[in-house]
Amino acid sequence: MTNPSARIVWEGHQIARAVARMAHQIVEANGGSENVVLLGIPTRGVLLARRLADAIRGIEGHDIAVGELDITMYRDDLRRQPTRAVGRTAIPRSIDDATVVLVDDVLFTGRTIAAALDALKEVGRPRIVQLAVLIDRGHRQLPIQADHVGRLLQAPAEARVNVRMAEIDELDAVTISMPEA
Amino acid sequence: MRHLLSAGDLSLAEATSILDVAEEMHTIQSRQIKKLPTLRGRTVINMFFEDSTRTRTSFEMAGKWMSADTINISTKGSSTSKGESLRDTMLTLDAMGTDCFVIRHGSSGAVAQAASWVRAHVVNAGDGTHEHPTQALLDAFAMRRHFGTVDESGTGGDEVFAGKRIAIVGDLLHSRVVRSNVLLQRTLGSSVTLVAPPTLLPTGVEQWGVGVTSDLDEVIEGADVVMMLRVQRERMHGGFFPTEREYTELYGLPPQRLARLKPGAAICHPGPMNRGLEISSEAADAANSLILEQVTAGVSVRMSVLYHLLGGSPE
Amino acid sequence: MRDLLISGARLADGSSGDLGVSGGRFVEPGDVRDAERIQAEGLLALPGLVDPHTHLREPGREDAETVATGTLAAARGGFTAVSAMANLDPVTDTAEAAEHLAALAARTGSTEVIVVGSVTKGLAGEQLSEMGLMHRSAAGVRMFSDDGRCVMDSLVMRRALTYAKTFGGVIAQHSQDSRLAGPGACCHESEISGRLGLPGWPAQAESAIIARDVQLAQLSGGRLHVCHVSTAEGVDVIRWAKRRGIAVSAEVTPHHLYLGTREVEGYDTTFKVNPPLRTDEHIEAVREALADGTIDMVGTDHAPHARQDKDHPFDIALPGMLGLEQVLGVVIEVMVDTGRLDWAGVVDRMSAAPARLTGSATQGRPIAVGEPANLVLVDPSARAVVDRDASASKSRNNPYHGRDLPDPVVATIWAGRITYRR
Repeated sequence: MTNPSARIVWEGHQIARAVARMAHQIVEANGGSENVVLLGIPTRGVLLARRLADAIRGIEGHDIAVGELDITMYRDDLRRQPTRAVGRTAIPRSIDDATVVLVDDVLFTGRTIAAALDALKEVGRPRIVQLAVLIDRGHRQLPIQADHVGRLLQAPAEARVNVRMAEIDELDAVTISMPEA
Repeated sequence: MRHLLSAGDLSLAEATSILDVAEEMHTIQSRQIKKLPTLRGRTVINMFFEDSTRTRTSFEMAGKWMSADTINISTKGSSTSKGESLRDTMLTLDAMGTDCFVIRHGSSGAVAQAASWVRAHVVNAGDGTHEHPTQALLDAFAMRRHFGTVDESGTGGDEVFAGKRIAIVGDLLHSRVVRSNVLLQRTLGSSVTLVAPPTLLPTGVEQWGVGVTSDLDEVIEGADVVMMLRVQRERMHGGFFPTEREYTELYGLPPQRLARLKPGAAICHPGPMNRGLEISSEAADAANSLILEQVTAGVSVRMSVLYHLLGGSPE
Repeated sequence: MRDLLISGARLADGSSGDLGVSGGRFVEPGDVRDAERIQAEGLLALPGLVDPHTHLREPGREDAETVATGTLAAARGGFTAVSAMANLDPVTDTAEAAEHLAALAARTGSTEVIVVGSVTKGLAGEQLSEMGLMHRSAAGVRMFSDDGRCVMDSLVMRRALTYAKTFGGVIAQHSQDSRLAGPGACCHESEISGRLGLPGWPAQAESAIIARDVQLAQLSGGRLHVCHVSTAEGVDVIRWAKRRGIAVSAEVTPHHLYLGTREVEGYDTTFKVNPPLRTDEHIEAVREALADGTIDMVGTDHAPHARQDKDHPFDIALPGMLGLEQVLGVVIEVMVDTGRLDWAGVVDRMSAAPARLTGSATQGRPIAVGEPANLVLVDPSARAVVDRDASASKSRNNPYHGRDLPDPVVATIWAGRITYRR
């Protein structure tokens, strides 16, 4: 998984600061966190959602609902790859009339989020849906934008931008690599 | 995965993946809108050359809930070599652009033969007295849930089967369920004992690598699961056992034998049941009966199987 | 028909020299006129092969085989005579049917065709067919068989053996107790059939009928021939009967000598045949029995089927496989090259013994001046990968397709005429 030619463009302490800032933004934008449900998109979106939940607990002094929303079954590009592993969907409480914050690591073409919106529709009917991403790297193919962004990152469309998270990747980092010619 | 023809074709990783995804599909069943867009635009033909309301319905729901276009074809098929050949039937439907065939056929091996002739994916929904892999998968799914080791993340490991004792009881000779269960359970790591009157044991069963006995009482107390197979009354003209009364007494699950099951042991039956023959109502309706869970599991497992065959790029 | 001069061929007894053929008979090499020369140095000259058991499908299923195509396949396999089984449509159960077939064969055959009559009318196992009239007809029928079905009724079998005695008739039985297996039985009963979920025939379904029939032969004094023996148990019973002096002979097919029941594991209906392919111990038993003479001869049970009759589920597809073109190769592979049978043995099992069985005066004779010129030239070292599409048969149910086997037949001469030449 780890590409040896990958260049680290953002380090752990920078990510930690960004997560703290995003947590503050989410609380601020929603006038608190009472009615907020964080739904991470597997795999790293889930880890990020948990970190945001921890940070919000630090700010608010109480737990915030955090869950997972797998979007594999809603993708429109399933046939382009071998059968994908299916992640898990775990909705912590009813999302009807809640503020759902979808959490993902990288926002790129927007197709994942489009699929997530489809998936969300069948789970319930939130009042507001927001999007939080650690990295927005541009090159959107759909009219989708994030509400809470860790960092904007300019990178060519063909570059690979990967978020690594200590829980599963040994360390926190954001890397860029170019595909082999 | 191109086809699902035999439970024996599944590696441990594949079997576990099917069960894990089925777990996700299971949650769909509790939703108000039971619909995933996953297989939109894909055509699944359920070809049933032999009647089976429950398996056909289960596959049809699985396909529909995943947004596939499902078409049911029920045909008696030909029981002689006079009618249209199986090959011609399959080639015709394959030429229409079918993505997947789900096939039930009264002849052993017919589904594998069909798979060798078509471009589409093929799922064996039961062939003759040979195999019924999705039944074995849904049995395993219901058992795994029962064993209570499906953890919160839904990726309950396969180790839950290790050391579990599963007794499969009844007409093994004519059962496609038993062959698939033996193959799958061997992969999953449980320990299977087959129980049947000697006249209903398949030739060579002692080479299947499982326990074999004709004495149900010998295994009843040690079993974690007892799976009662249907006595196919229509096949019983061959005099495989003297009377139904004797069968029930020796190989059924009447209350007094039920009482000897260890606490928490599960009762399975692939259905349809002959209440009063191979299974008593007390057993079928017992708290530890998984019979309805098996039916529910059927749709989830079949959704998962369709996803594994059709959810990726064509090979 | 030109005279022939065959030079340099070796005979089964080891001698060699030139052979002349004129007027349908062997003559001194010096007595041929304007002869076509056949260089046979390094080749073996054997008497033309005789098949006691062939399905020609004509009349009735000309889409699967005709007398012309079946006998051409036979000629390519080294045969100068085949025995046309009676399970045709109409069944060969009358003198008229027998004469029709004989006339057809005289017109279109590439080998002699020995007409086999049925034992019972319509192969129904109940009423005896007109055996006497068939015998007295121009077809001269001497062997009777309901092959494809077993004469199950003991009394009918007894009467058939007794009745045929008066004109030296032979009853050839397809030995199989249909009650010992379900109606769907379609392979050998073994661990494999149990695993595949296919209903099987136990070996004893064969040996039980052979045991009954040899006792009926003893009781009636009639002459019994056991078709396609495929089991060790069947061999044991025949060995016992022969020791007791009972008038019984037996044949084995090339596929029972060579192919095992494992072939059915892929549900390929090419390998569905009746009696079914067996396990190794049975294969070993029939090889040994053919070597020691307990089994008297090889019979191909060449059974062509149209593709549409094979493209069905295994239990429904028609049983049967081709054999005429590959049988000599198979016998060389499993009997000669392994030292179990010498060339004189091959001549006995594949020419002389079946000719005696069928009562043919012109077949199975030695290669000698004055004898009918029925001959096959054999290259024992030639091999080839079998290609089912290269067959002269109309059908393609060739179980040897893709296998590397001896490919020995260089030329076949029937009654002085070249019927096949490589």
